[in-house]
Amino acid sequence: MHNLDSNVPTGPLENRWEKHKFDLSLIAPQNRKKYNIIVIGTGLAGASLCATLGEAGYNVQSFCYNDSPRRAHSIAAQGGVNASKNYQNDGDSTWRLFYDTIKGGDFRARESNIYRLAQLSCNIIDQAVSQGVPFAREYSGYLANRSFGGTQVSRTFYARGQTGQQLLLGAYSSMSKEIASGKVSHKSRCEMLEVIIIDGKARGIVVRDLITGEISSHLADCVVMCTGGYSNAYYLSTNAKGCNTSATWRAHKNGAYFANPSFTQIHPTCVPPTGDSQSKLTLMSESLRNDGRIWAPKNIEDCDKNPNDIQEEDRDYFLERMYPAFANLVPRDIASRALKGICDEGRGVGSVVNNQRLGVYLDFSSVIQKIGSEKVKEKYGNLFDMYESITGENPYEVPMKIYPAPHYTMGGLWVDYNLMTTIDGLFACGEANFSDHGANRLGASALMQGLADGYFVAPQTVANYLAKGTFEEITHDHPEVISSVESVKNRIERLMNAPDPKHSPDYFHRKIGSILWTSCGMARDKDSLKKAIKSIEQIKIDFWNNIKVTGNDKDFNQTLEKAGRVADFIELGHLMCVDALDREESCGAHARLEYLAESGDAMRDDENFGYVAAWEFNDNKPTLHKENLDFEFIKPTYRDYK
Amino acid sequence: MNFTLHIWRQKNTESNGQFVTYHVNDIDSDTSFLEMLDQLNEDLIEKGEDCVVFDYDCREGICGTCSLVINGHPHGEKKATTTCQLYMRDYADQSELWIEPWRAKSFPIVKDLAVKREAFDRIIQSGGFISTSVGSAPEANSQLVNKDDADCAFDSAICIGCGACVAVCPNASASLFVAAKINHFQRLPQGKIESTKRAERMINQMEQEGFGSCSNHRHCETVCPKEISVSNIAAMNKIL
Repeated sequence: MHNLDSNVPTGPLENRWEKHKFDLSLIAPQNRKKYNIIVIGTGLAGASLCATLGEAGYNVQSFCYNDSPRRAHSIAAQGGVNASKNYQNDGDSTWRLFYDTIKGGDFRARESNIYRLAQLSCNIIDQAVSQGVPFAREYSGYLANRSFGGTQVSRTFYARGQTGQQLLLGAYSSMSKEIASGKVSHKSRCEMLEVIIIDGKARGIVVRDLITGEISSHLADCVVMCTGGYSNAYYLSTNAKGCNTSATWRAHKNGAYFANPSFTQIHPTCVPPTGDSQSKLTLMSESLRNDGRIWAPKNIEDCDKNPNDIQEEDRDYFLERMYPAFANLVPRDIASRALKGICDEGRGVGSVVNNQRLGVYLDFSSVIQKIGSEKVKEKYGNLFDMYESITGENPYEVPMKIYPAPHYTMGGLWVDYNLMTTIDGLFACGEANFSDHGANRLGASALMQGLADGYFVAPQTVANYLAKGTFEEITHDHPEVISSVESVKNRIERLMNAPDPKHSPDYFHRKIGSILWTSCGMARDKDSLKKAIKSIEQIKIDFWNNIKVTGNDKDFNQTLEKAGRVADFIELGHLMCVDALDREESCGAHARLEYLAESGDAMRDDENFGYVAAWEFNDNKPTLHKENLDFEFIKPTYRDYK
Repeated sequence: MNFTLHIWRQKNTESNGQFVTYHVNDIDSDTSFLEMLDQLNEDLIEKGEDCVVFDYDCREGICGTCSLVINGHPHGEKKATTTCQLYMRDYADQSELWIEPWRAKSFPIVKDLAVKREAFDRIIQSGGFISTSVGSAPEANSQLVNKDDADCAFDSAICIGCGACVAVCPNASASLFVAAKINHFQRLPQGKIESTKRAERMINQMEQEGFGSCSNHRHCETVCPKEISVSNIAAMNKIL
């Protein structure tokens, strides 16, 4: 049994990372070329890590499923990246960024990790600027900042609405420099399907070449997974279509604990689904809630009317009614839950999907009246254009429609302070790990975490692991390597040749997605979770009996790719529900309906649930391990948005 | 809505391809173009046939993966839009659609509608970066950047590397892609130092990859989903 020791250093919070770095072992520059490191995924965490390890002189092998490392889904992040530079002299500090982040996560994350994140935030901006990331600037030439996600200080750095793109292209360019130098070798259109573990240590991976179907093993001294989150378990999400859990799930099935799988974030301002063929949802910046008023018709019979024909007294500005103090600016989870509640009551608007109208109005008419459409255009022009191109409706004339969508997963592989999973030599960085966001993530901190892990944390801790270990040479004919390759091949064989092939991968993906959305979304309860667990166990059986994959497995076969990913989402979905059932409290992004205050507010239970739930794989009966969260430096408080 | 689709099918890089005709029916007008193809693929699975391979990922116009030529237009006729942001209501008056991959020697077809664009990655590897290393960066505000320069750099930096500029160019030139990257860095003080060397290397690599030269057709600017201006190419030529 692994000991869930987080390896957090002791002493004053401010000095912990510094002290820890000093205690870590180093590898001399001339010796680094003797070590091989595998990095999977080329998003912010992966690309920045490849670049940094390559610059340091290690041999890095990088893999991604996209056709180029530049296409990882970090590219779609819009808002910005936080850093406690305090350029605006508004009282920001490392301590305040740390406190906001841990409070935002509803006190379900480690103090030491988050403090380190806040400390490193400033270096990220320096690094990105030196790479040529074109952040917004003032006329003076200084960097500009904005306030984001309800914080009281302006600490967010941004590049219009494309901050993720620009940061990723910065990391990609640095990684490209190292590919040219020969320190990093990269393979695109490759999917990791197995971890190779020898003598208890991660020593390699098995990948499938997505074009030729060839299965190959790749060996190294350690493996780092930078493979992103699992929002696509819900089928419809704001993630790219290819985002998947397969890499993290393989690691989990091989012994890596999966932490807080039910901690997922649902974003309130997305373009609603319009029909059964909908393949993904698009996020619109939360800044829209600064000026838009959210409402739904008071009367169900008005729901299919033109919104402009609905009289003022027949409109329910429900967030303003329910939360008079914060109104339309309540946090994401509260807004999302309220929106879904209105639609579940039957007061939704827009297209009917599965017998329900999924949407509420986000209305800009009063701000347009107040400041004029030109001013509104200056502020939100690109968002309005984007909305119009997706829906064909002009938001200057007709209120926008919005509906929540899964957006980010705080849960992920359990890692210690060194970002190492419970498997020796297997690290996880960025959204793939669980470490920094607790039960909810603040705006503009996903980019910060991915880059902190990749540029600054993992390069140090991976080196320490390599320096302390001994690594016997392994060849591709090692029995463990052969058996890992065989298990991948067998699985593909089973996917291609189900006993009674009937349904496409998307059919099963929609099924699991809809169960998770209903039972393990923003609001959960015991009965529905228990039912969901039963249904998912049945779906898993049906999947392996009835999955239908056409074409050939020795070929470019997107149906086969999807089938493999859906199989993993089904198993992960089961664990998400098990975790949600275990957590008998409401906290962060989710509400357990049995554990809400009378006011409807979330009721955290620190005494009984102040822990990270780290699950060990055991088919349908996962084993729970706990990492208790101690708060030595701050006192957990409760939110109140009434 | 019902459509007749003539789709380019090609088993792999080596084999010859041809158009194959399919029919899709009962498509909702709010369905995106790629969701329409998803539905075709669901029909093909139902019939036990191999699905049409096409590239996509984010489906929100930013990753640069999607790449179809629709009725002769890379990313379709709609301006400033990637294929994934097209909706079937845009095709109400065109019931017959010819769907092809990008066509350029440097972008070999891997299967059906998907092409290999690693030539772009190699161009970036040849010099599309600032030679800075992690840890050596000075305090971010220690070097001021004129706002106009920062904005211009941004306008060039938004290239998504989709390759539509190459697909539409009669010479299959990658000039717009290369120039956008060169100009992005050249506009910034931290990138200016290496700009001549960078431009030489990247242009050299572009030629080695088999892309043609620019002969001022300016089609690239017209199809660019991010509306990157050909003035980038003029700026690039000035550096050399």
